[in-house]
Amino acid sequence: MNFGFGILRGLMVTMGHFIGTFVEDFKWIGKRYYTPEGVAHRSSKNASGIFTVQYPEEKLPVPEEFRFIPFLLYEEGPDGEQQDRCTSCGICAKVCPPQCIWIVRTEDPDTGRPVPEPVEFYIDIDICMNCGYCAEYCPFDAIKMDHQYELASYDRHSAHIYNKEKLSMSVDYYAQIRPTNYRREEDIRIAKEEEKAAKAAARAAAKE
Amino acid sequence: MTEMAPAQEGTLEARFPGVVTHDERKGYEGYIVQLDKLTEVAQVLRDDLGYDFLSSVTAVDYLAQKEDEESYFEVVYHLYKSTGGSALVLAVQTPRDNPAVPSLTPLYPGAEFQEREAFDLYGIDFTDHPDMRRILMWEGFEGFPMRKDWKEPYFEEDVKPFANRWPGGQVYRIEDHNPVGKNNQYPQGFDPESWSPAIEDALYDSLRRSNAEYDEIEDLDTEQVIVNLGPQHPSTHGVFRMAVLMDGETIVALKPVMGYLHRNHEKIGERNTFLHNMPFTDRLDYITSLSNNFGYALAVEKLMGAKGVPTERAEYIRVIMAELTRISSHLWAIGFLLNDLGAFFTPSLYAIEERELLLDIFEATTGSRMMNNYFRFGGVARDFPEGVLERIGELVTERLPRKVDELDRYLTNNEIVRTRCEGIGVLSPDEAIEYSMAGPMLRASGVPYDVRRADPYSIYEQFDFDVAVRYHGDVYDRYLIRLDEIRQSIRIVQQAVERIPDGDFLTGKNPYQVRVPAGEAFGRVEGPKGEIGFYVVSNGKANPWRYHVRAPSFINLTALEKMCIGSKVADVVVVLGSVDIILGEVDR
Repeated sequence: MNFGFGILRGLMVTMGHFIGTFVEDFKWIGKRYYTPEGVAHRSSKNASGIFTVQYPEEKLPVPEEFRFIPFLLYEEGPDGEQQDRCTSCGICAKVCPPQCIWIVRTEDPDTGRPVPEPVEFYIDIDICMNCGYCAEYCPFDAIKMDHQYELASYDRHSAHIYNKEKLSMSVDYYAQIRPTNYRREEDIRIAKEEEKAAKAAARAAAKE
Repeated sequence: MTEMAPAQEGTLEARFPGVVTHDERKGYEGYIVQLDKLTEVAQVLRDDLGYDFLSSVTAVDYLAQKEDEESYFEVVYHLYKSTGGSALVLAVQTPRDNPAVPSLTPLYPGAEFQEREAFDLYGIDFTDHPDMRRILMWEGFEGFPMRKDWKEPYFEEDVKPFANRWPGGQVYRIEDHNPVGKNNQYPQGFDPESWSPAIEDALYDSLRRSNAEYDEIEDLDTEQVIVNLGPQHPSTHGVFRMAVLMDGETIVALKPVMGYLHRNHEKIGERNTFLHNMPFTDRLDYITSLSNNFGYALAVEKLMGAKGVPTERAEYIRVIMAELTRISSHLWAIGFLLNDLGAFFTPSLYAIEERELLLDIFEATTGSRMMNNYFRFGGVARDFPEGVLERIGELVTERLPRKVDELDRYLTNNEIVRTRCEGIGVLSPDEAIEYSMAGPMLRASGVPYDVRRADPYSIYEQFDFDVAVRYHGDVYDRYLIRLDEIRQSIRIVQQAVERIPDGDFLTGKNPYQVRVPAGEAFGRVEGPKGEIGFYVVSNGKANPWRYHVRAPSFINLTALEKMCIGSKVADVVVVLGSVDIILGEVDR
């Protein structure tokens, strides 16, 4: 056995990587780091040379499906008031694997009947396991997963139970972070509404 | 293979009239064996009928739910032939008071840890077991946590969803209200002030017992020393401990100590609904989340029957994701084996670079890099987003084959790697089967057993790939076989990407409450670490009655002592690295 030959051959690979790093840097002259194209290149199939991303100066863009803590959606009314999409049906609370969602349902003070709107909505983000079930199974598209992942704080006891105010985000924000999903859901909704309108029109026509 | 099975099983019932009876409960397909004849039946099964591979041993607590029902423990065995074929399920029943079952460890050494686990969590005594100690819980622990009548501290309710979440949600941190927790159980006469841990005696006694046959070096006046590697040690890949008895630098006996990361995963699983369990399976072997999802989905789909059959496109997506997971896991394993050898981080970072690109694909598709939670009963959670399938195609045709060759060139013929790995930690084919080894461990020992071929599931029959096998059974072959398997996985993904049909990614409407008929099912897949199986028992309610994980990392450790005896301390680290354990799965 030519002892040492295998090691040398292996070291050639390391050498290749070492030289490749400089070649790559030279090709990009100064544009490889701290630029969006540079970051995208480093996580593409053609990536070679230095692979690492200098967080927090550089951040990897998150894909649309990326999920972290859930948030609640509200639509803005004509006077700028928040209209929750949530109807407090409780499906998210039931489907939540670690059971980190607490919802208080509103009741009509006169009749005592439930009103489709939550009075309070809590998520304990320490317990949340980021599985995305609440967003997946919500029949009203009222709860979605956020892209925000920098959540460190100094006091978990006061800062890590999110209430309704903290959780609420506008639909525009949702459309901005998840454009494809938003468009798909809107299409379905518009189609449904058109169907409803068509049916109503047909019924009206039948009555006449 | 499957056509042959009924005839042979018929002979089994005929051979032991009155001893072996078919399980008549609805949804069950196994055989019930008389308690005192278990060893006899198992002997015949192993020696005459070819069921030489004991895949899984576990217990179920059938606690009576109504007054007229009977309460009993059942120990369930899943046996396979190492030549392939479907399972033979045996069950023995034992009363809940003083439960005892004859141990199968003398026949199938691979049952050793699994029986210890059943003892630990259910309190079932396995008579004639060579080393009956707790394994996941610590020795002073009071109670048997998997029993249905055992309740943990901070216990809320028997099953989820909990009532106080909705409609009147009362949010508070339970540890603020109740800092110690209720249901804390202590041994009799326990006084925290005067208590001191005496728990190690049992471990060290067991170490000394297992070295009884060791011949001392006669000329030298040596003394045997006990050394603890871990639990905090860089070589153990997590909080894992090996108690080692040494003569000089030679290993005389070794006992793995685990459970530092134990979280009673199976109890959590029984409290969850069927759907709740999917994200929890991610957290078993967190390097191979998608394979874990696959196994659990298969088990529940078996119970669901026609409703749970995935669409064709979903099957392709599943196979692509599972094989990419295998590639990433094997890259990780190779990289960290080299770390254990002392090639600190250069090889592993080269391997992790490629894994990183795969994780980007997982993130774009499933929403998370590691905790994927992607499979649903009857399909997957969502289709590939735009452009991802093309990215996968480019990776497996343009980049990964080249990079695997580079890794091969870089490491395979390196003299240091060869000297350190060849002939170390040898396991013969017979031993590998005896010890219920699975996955690369089994195939590196010359047993070409791959669940994808031996007991095909999903659509693996449609793909062209080879079962990688190596014949020396040493650490070096376990390294090589992982390279081989990466290449085979790349082949599968190449074919799948080309042939994936259009269509739905999910059967049915994806309801949040899944109806699962009563019965038992064992879903097993060829995970990167070995055969990962999920044994699920349903009683027709929303939550599984029993949820058991056949964890390959855990069972592969059974043979660790066998592989290490006679080698040096430095080799132990390498042998452990070659087993490729993930503590999240070992400890559950």
